[in-house]
Amino acid sequence: MSNATATPTATAPVETIRIKVDSRDVDVPKMLPNWQGRLEPTTMLQAVQIAGGEVPHYCYHPKLPVAGNCRMCLIEFGTPMMGPDRKPVLNPDGTPKIARSVLPYEPSTPRGAIACATPISAGMELYPSSPATRQMREAVLESLLINHPLDCTICDQAGECKLQEYSVEHGQSASRFVEAKVHKPKAVNLGPRIVLDDERCILCTRCIRFSKDIAGDDALGIVNRGSYNTIAAWKEGAFDNNYTLNTVDLCPVGALTSRDFRFKMRVWFLKETKSVCTSCATGCNITIGSREGVVHRYEPRENDAVNGPWMCDTGRLNYRWIGSEARLREVWVGNKASTWDEANREVRIRLSKAAPGSVAIIASARQTTEELYLLKKLATRLGAITDSIAREGDPDTLLVSADRNPNANGARLTGIAFTEMGIQIPKIASGIASGAIKTLIVFGEDVTQHGIGVDLLGRLETLIVSDILPSQTTQAAHVLLPGCAHAEKRGTFVNAKGRLQKFMKAVEAPGDARPEWEFLHDWVHAVSGRNGFSSIEGLFNQMAREIPAFEGIEWGRVGDLGVTAKI
Amino acid sequence: MPEQYKLILKHADSPGYTPDIECYERHGGYHSLKKALATPPRTLPDGKVQSPQEVIRDEVLKSGLRGRGGAGFSAGLKWSFVDRRSGKPIYLICNADESEPGTFKDRQILHKDPHQLIEGMILSCWANDVNLAYIYIRGEMIQGAKLLNEALKEARAKGYLGKNIVGTGYDLEIHVHRGAGAYICGEETGLIESLEGKRAYPRIKPPYFPAVLGFYMSPTIVNNVETLCHVKHIVAMGSAEYAKLGTPNNTGTRIVSLSGDILKPGYFEIEVGKVTLGQLIFEPNFGGGLRPGRSLKAIIPGGSSSKVLKAGELFKLNRKGADGQMTKVDVPLLELPYDFDSLQGAGTMSGSGAVIVLDDTRSMVDTLANLSAFYAHESCGQCTPCREGSLWLSKGLHRLEQGDGRKADADYLKHIAKNIQGRTICAFGEAASWPVLSFVEKFRDEFEARGAADEAARAKGSGSAKVPHS
Ligand SMILES: Cc1cc2nc3c(=O)[nH]c(=O)nc-3n(C[C@H](O)[C@H](O)[C@H](O)COP(=O)(O)O)c2cc1C
Ligand code: SF4
Ligand code: SF4
Ligand code: SF4
Ligand code: FES
Repeated sequence: MSNATATPTATAPVETIRIKVDSRDVDVPKMLPNWQGRLEPTTMLQAVQIAGGEVPHYCYHPKLPVAGNCRMCLIEFGTPMMGPDRKPVLNPDGTPKIARSVLPYEPSTPRGAIACATPISAGMELYPSSPATRQMREAVLESLLINHPLDCTICDQAGECKLQEYSVEHGQSASRFVEAKVHKPKAVNLGPRIVLDDERCILCTRCIRFSKDIAGDDALGIVNRGSYNTIAAWKEGAFDNNYTLNTVDLCPVGALTSRDFRFKMRVWFLKETKSVCTSCATGCNITIGSREGVVHRYEPRENDAVNGPWMCDTGRLNYRWIGSEARLREVWVGNKASTWDEANREVRIRLSKAAPGSVAIIASARQTTEELYLLKKLATRLGAITDSIAREGDPDTLLVSADRNPNANGARLTGIAFTEMGIQIPKIASGIASGAIKTLIVFGEDVTQHGIGVDLLGRLETLIVSDILPSQTTQAAHVLLPGCAHAEKRGTFVNAKGRLQKFMKAVEAPGDARPEWEFLHDWVHAVSGRNGFSSIEGLFNQMAREIPAFEGIEWGRVGDLGVTAKI
Repeated sequence: MPEQYKLILKHADSPGYTPDIECYERHGGYHSLKKALATPPRTLPDGKVQSPQEVIRDEVLKSGLRGRGGAGFSAGLKWSFVDRRSGKPIYLICNADESEPGTFKDRQILHKDPHQLIEGMILSCWANDVNLAYIYIRGEMIQGAKLLNEALKEARAKGYLGKNIVGTGYDLEIHVHRGAGAYICGEETGLIESLEGKRAYPRIKPPYFPAVLGFYMSPTIVNNVETLCHVKHIVAMGSAEYAKLGTPNNTGTRIVSLSGDILKPGYFEIEVGKVTLGQLIFEPNFGGGLRPGRSLKAIIPGGSSSKVLKAGELFKLNRKGADGQMTKVDVPLLELPYDFDSLQGAGTMSGSGAVIVLDDTRSMVDTLANLSAFYAHESCGQCTPCREGSLWLSKGLHRLEQGDGRKADADYLKHIAKNIQGRTICAFGEAASWPVLSFVEKFRDEFEARGAADEAARAKGSGSAKVPHS
């Protein structure tokens, strides 16, 4: 999302200017990237952040156009005083005299500037914690609270609400307000996934700006006037683009709530795990919120190299299957529930009997790179033909990729699939039909939906299947192995742009389900007679040594935001 | 005795004058336009050559013309800020939103002499290389919009507008755009947003200064109706002659709208600074004084947003003596010359030129409650202090007005207003808070007495008690 051409290169010296922040000298870059990544004069807010401080704000968001409407970021400031000769006026000690900004019509009163939109200039002094600044902040908070319902006890935002937070830090304890509050609509149906409480809204317009300027959908606006201003969709329920849930993250208060998450969980109970969305090849970085083994929500995790701070609604809401009642929990051998030991033994026996050229492996581009690597190793040992299943959809201009597999590039780089994924499937089908292929190993795909029907599966001598949810393919398996969702294990994906990203384990797998790489490791060990690793780290590092695109990468060096593979 | 000086309204108010183009031309109309478009380049003493457009811009600057829309900012200076190097088109917008309570001067021009405005606009557009201009007219002025559209049609037919104006190769189109009834559409950046088809939310400055990032993010000039009419007269008279009208730094004439507790409410065109507030109110050829038996209580001198002045107030103003030295002199309220600088010196402003007179029968509490209802209704609601503060003020004032006040309400109101002024996106914040601050400051007794009486009544159990006592 970042605009690479606009960011200063590492070699070009960054021009800085010297200002004072709360009487401390600070050198700050003259220009910094704006919300679109284009260089613009550094703002007071950015300068204070560079100085290690913080300017409280509601409407400002680094990835949205600046609105300047909440006035929370007002700060007192001063500029060097200029004489009639346009030269700075000096104090007796030789320092430049500073003119504190005051109201032109009331010179005894300081005039604040909104830090989010006001550029700094050389010699400027910012006073983000002066009494005048604090008074301005208090007054804005008081104004925001007079008509606020203060229903924190039943509000989903409680715990991550900027109104709560700032009121504690910057507010005053008692309100002077003795009038009747304004009442506005509650539980408004803004769109299929979003519910709005207009009384909680502080009218920062983040949601409007996001929808219009980022998602390209001018669906939201304000109706009425003044204190009665009310956020609304142009038609009830019309806020329905594929990015609406980002506004719930953006909303600094609890006005916008996710229909999916509303009233379900207090956020402070959620365990947070860094992960990656699996619904398309973009690989948006996410945080999984889980509690007691149950996934409750996905939220985007900011990564400017991939998704910025956003993710699509489809990806965000695609998590229910993890906790599905239908999940495969037991190991099956033949038509009997069995154990891992038994199943592994069965697999070993069947594979050791398989003649070269009689085995096919259909993997899934939703599997981790490490698993695909192991499957490829297995294939090499067995002389097996491999491929995986392509998944396509309509792309959009923001994030969603036409490739709906999270790891198609992983499948290609490990050699499981060719550039044109699925090209081998007809060959495998005819191989089964002709009897040349007698053993089929399937991971995470229902091949009956992709040209290898139940009748063909019936001709196989051996069908080994690992999956998460039941399908016609799992029903036909001779050996069935329950696998793990990505949230239940660790691993990596390679996204459409070649970014290698790792994800962490959030919850335990149900029943006997095991991470695929663990039992694949046993199989490879069995057929090769060697053992190379015993952990995901070791597995990854071994893989990275063997695959040129991952050269020089180690598990420990793949940070939370991933690394670029050489594809 | 001072007289009116009719420059803008010279013909408009004469018997038999009609708004059509023939009548305008019979009275010398469009003559200045032809003259200006034929202006030769001018060589300055230092050898620099000014283009004919620069000549006009220079004339407007030298004339000392100050904006008649509210802020009184130098028109020539405003034009000099226009970014002429952006490569983008430059737009001019005539602000005909006239909505400041008490103001009814622009509508005189729009209804009676639309061609004068159009000529002023064509001249201003030509001088600023503008090829597309708009008149943003207040939605309620249905007749004005109709007349303007007819006048524009006539001007087009006569070759004063459109392609190749009076054979000079200059092209200009002017469109009329009607507002939909919101005061904030008069604020220039709110106006621009509205003209772009959006909600009239004023823009933050920086970065959206109209002269650089205005209409469709292009350099834009916004001037008031009356201001643009003056351009025609500056071109006709020359800046030196024009500047002789009025007083130094307060040149020309302006139309004062006089209303309130006065015998002869109406509009009066005066030389700026040549008539005092007292004369405006009391002279028979102006307001004609108060109703019998009434005495003056207060004056709102520049539209409802300006700070109120109290009868009997004395102001210290800078005056240039015969020796050219500046000295401070005491000037009583009624002797305040009606001009930009004197009213500013008196701590208020001449704003839109609307003088509202309040006599001794007026309750300041009730008057302010009424004014505050207007601001609560008209705040666009974009920024927190004004959105919440305007209604808060109105609610507090109406509580006090309706007998549920507190002695502390004077400070309460002041506290709220102080947290609005200077902290908002646009000057509406001042417009909403200045009346409150000045009323409460200058008539504190009245506010406290009302609140105290309500408290006493409640203590006896006879008052309503909707609010907690303090
Ligand atoms: C709340 C508000 C309302 C305004 N309404 C008007 C108006 O109705 N007409 C007008 O000419 N100027 C109005 N102004 C002033 C304009 O913003 C702008 O300064 C003016 O049109 C500039 O023209 P001038 O320089 O010729 O005076 C308003 C300003 C504010 C803050
Ligand atoms: S709903 Fe939330 S994001 Fe939208 S304007 Fe209100 S407070 Fe801001
Ligand atoms: S764009 Fe793709 S990766 Fe991102 S959230 Fe949507 S489906 Fe997931
Ligand atoms: S000051 Fe008032 S009118 Fe102006 S932008 Fe803010 S809310 Fe709107
Ligand atoms: S953060 Fe809202 S005005 Fe700056």
